[in-house]
Amino acid sequence: MTQLLESLPLWLWFVLALAALFVARNPVHQGIFSLARFFHQSLRLGANAVAGAEQRLQERNREVLLAAGREAAERHVEREFDRIEQTMKKELAQYPALHRRLCEQLTVIDEDYVRSAEVPPEPTNWSKAIKAVAEIPAKSDPVVGDVLETIHHSMRKAEAKALEAYRESARERHQLLKRMMPNWRSMLSTLGRVNKNVESVLSRAKVLDGYMERYEEIQQGSDRALRMLSSSSLSQFFIAAFVLVIAVGGALINFHLIARPMTEMVGGTSYIGSFKVADISALVIILVEITMGLFVMECLRITRLFPVISALNDKLRLRMMWAAFALLFFLASVEAGLAFMREILMQEDLAVSAQLRGGEVEAATSDVYWITTAAQMGMGFILPFALTFVAIPLENFIASARTVIGLLTTFLLRALSVILRLCGTAALRTGSLLVRLYDIVIFFPLWLEQKYTRWRNSTASAVAVEEA
Amino acid sequence: MIIRLSKLIIIASAALLTACGEPVARNQGVYMLIDTSGTYTQELDKAQQVINYTLAKMNPGDTFAVASINTGSFSEKNIKAKVTFDDRPSVTNKQKQAFQQSIQQFVDETRPAAYTDITGGLLQAVEFLNEKQPGRKTILIFSDLKEEIKAGYNRDVPLQLDGFNLVALNVTKLGSDNIDPNEYLGRLQDWQSKVEQSGGDWRVVNDLERLEKILP
Repeated sequence: MTQLLESLPLWLWFVLALAALFVARNPVHQGIFSLARFFHQSLRLGANAVAGAEQRLQERNREVLLAAGREAAERHVEREFDRIEQTMKKELAQYPALHRRLCEQLTVIDEDYVRSAEVPPEPTNWSKAIKAVAEIPAKSDPVVGDVLETIHHSMRKAEAKALEAYRESARERHQLLKRMMPNWRSMLSTLGRVNKNVESVLSRAKVLDGYMERYEEIQQGSDRALRMLSSSSLSQFFIAAFVLVIAVGGALINFHLIARPMTEMVGGTSYIGSFKVADISALVIILVEITMGLFVMECLRITRLFPVISALNDKLRLRMMWAAFALLFFLASVEAGLAFMREILMQEDLAVSAQLRGGEVEAATSDVYWITTAAQMGMGFILPFALTFVAIPLENFIASARTVIGLLTTFLLRALSVILRLCGTAALRTGSLLVRLYDIVIFFPLWLEQKYTRWRNSTASAVAVEEA
Repeated sequence: MIIRLSKLIIIASAALLTACGEPVARNQGVYMLIDTSGTYTQELDKAQQVINYTLAKMNPGDTFAVASINTGSFSEKNIKAKVTFDDRPSVTNKQKQAFQQSIQQFVDETRPAAYTDITGGLLQAVEFLNEKQPGRKTILIFSDLKEEIKAGYNRDVPLQLDGFNLVALNVTKLGSDNIDPNEYLGRLQDWQSKVEQSGGDWRVVNDLERLEKILP
């Protein structure tokens, strides 16, 4: 090959190469264009496919989001109905007693009212006779004067008696009216309670209206509902993730509490892979506790991770809840025991270390020893129950993660589609660029060709003019 | 469906088996040789300090033995105390306490030996640790490294120290070393080349305040 290259001078090779490139110009152009078009079309096809997938995923996300929102709204509406039902049941169950009490109080008030009515005193029949006697003209007659004096005294006495009787009657009426006061107050209080309940039901009804409106929007699949649900899912995702991180911290503390004493139970030298069996055992205990917590929450219908448990009948569900709770309690007690064991082991370690260092071995029962022991035991017992509540953020996390992952995937697919389109266009433009570069390399033969073509055309036109 | 499930189980089992692999020994074995020849017995307190430190670093499943270097060290009788710690940490602590008491007895009862058979001690250490098969093998040599073999004892035996870490501790200078330091340096160099040619790893730690360098 080298000999072949050296057989001719370099400029000759160059000229030959130019000639070859010039001769092959059209096929090479076609080849470059074909290749560019092939890449362009392939990438566009890919971009279209990805865009289609993104569209389908978006539709799917929309369906999932609406379904989740519908389910959540149904749960809210159901819960509000439950509350209203409980209020109504509670209040309506007491309604006959309330009605009877109100009737009794009204009857008492009515009776007292009737009895307290003021009866005007009857005018005396003989007052007219007295008036006639008083109008006798012989006023200077001493007999008449005595009679009139006597009558006057009698009248005075009668008046005093009547006034006394009236006062007595008025006092009795006041007493009756006074006795009505507690009844009025009791009625007022009862009616106030009824009013409060009615207002509560009305406010719940308003909340319910809000939920129903939202539910209707979700049912219609409106964009507003979709935006709200999407935003709600994102915030739920981050909140749940935050709480789960806290829960993981709790689980880690729990793990450290029991991992050390677990070596006493399963040995400290056995390994599965690169993990100690004691560590794995401690982890399994914590995971079992979390699982039991999930079951308890599920049986209480606080979460809905397992439809099978929700579908169980109430009696069986309750039994299952108690079984899970009993296991959780047992494991929490075991953890408390292990935490106690950990403290003992630590004290032993300290004692042995002190002995090996040649120092004085401190008595294990120091004044503050019980505080750390009690704290560790308390944590060992309480943390499993605290981890039970992980079920709630876990459910939220799983539910919202579906939406978030869907959104992320949609975004990635859209980005991929755009990139593929850009690459397709770039491939097409690169084809044109390569053709131009090719022409630049063989610019000299092209220039000669152009010159020749012009000369031939001009010659041909001159011949044509002469012939004409 | 069943076929797919079976495939899944097979793949999962294969992955699990691959993850488990060959069981790896994670424990360590430490064999400590203590020179009891001549005036070096005065250094036994320091040796006890090293033993206590090593005991504190031992974990369940580890093996620890202390043997003396005297006229003829290639003997089980030279092993003054040995223990393989139990799986349970509480039992391990008790074993450490018992071991420490044995060492105290050894320190109290040791008499100076006439010769220093370090090679015999090394052979015994290699044999002991190979038998125990720990994950990491360490031989601590608490000596001035001045070997004196009694006439008639053959110690021209090749050492097989592959996978062994040898740490020379408290290599004190002898009177003659002070006159000619090359003697001391030459002694150290001889031992290093001897150990490394036998496949072992060699270190010297003279500063007993930094005992954390002894064990990895």
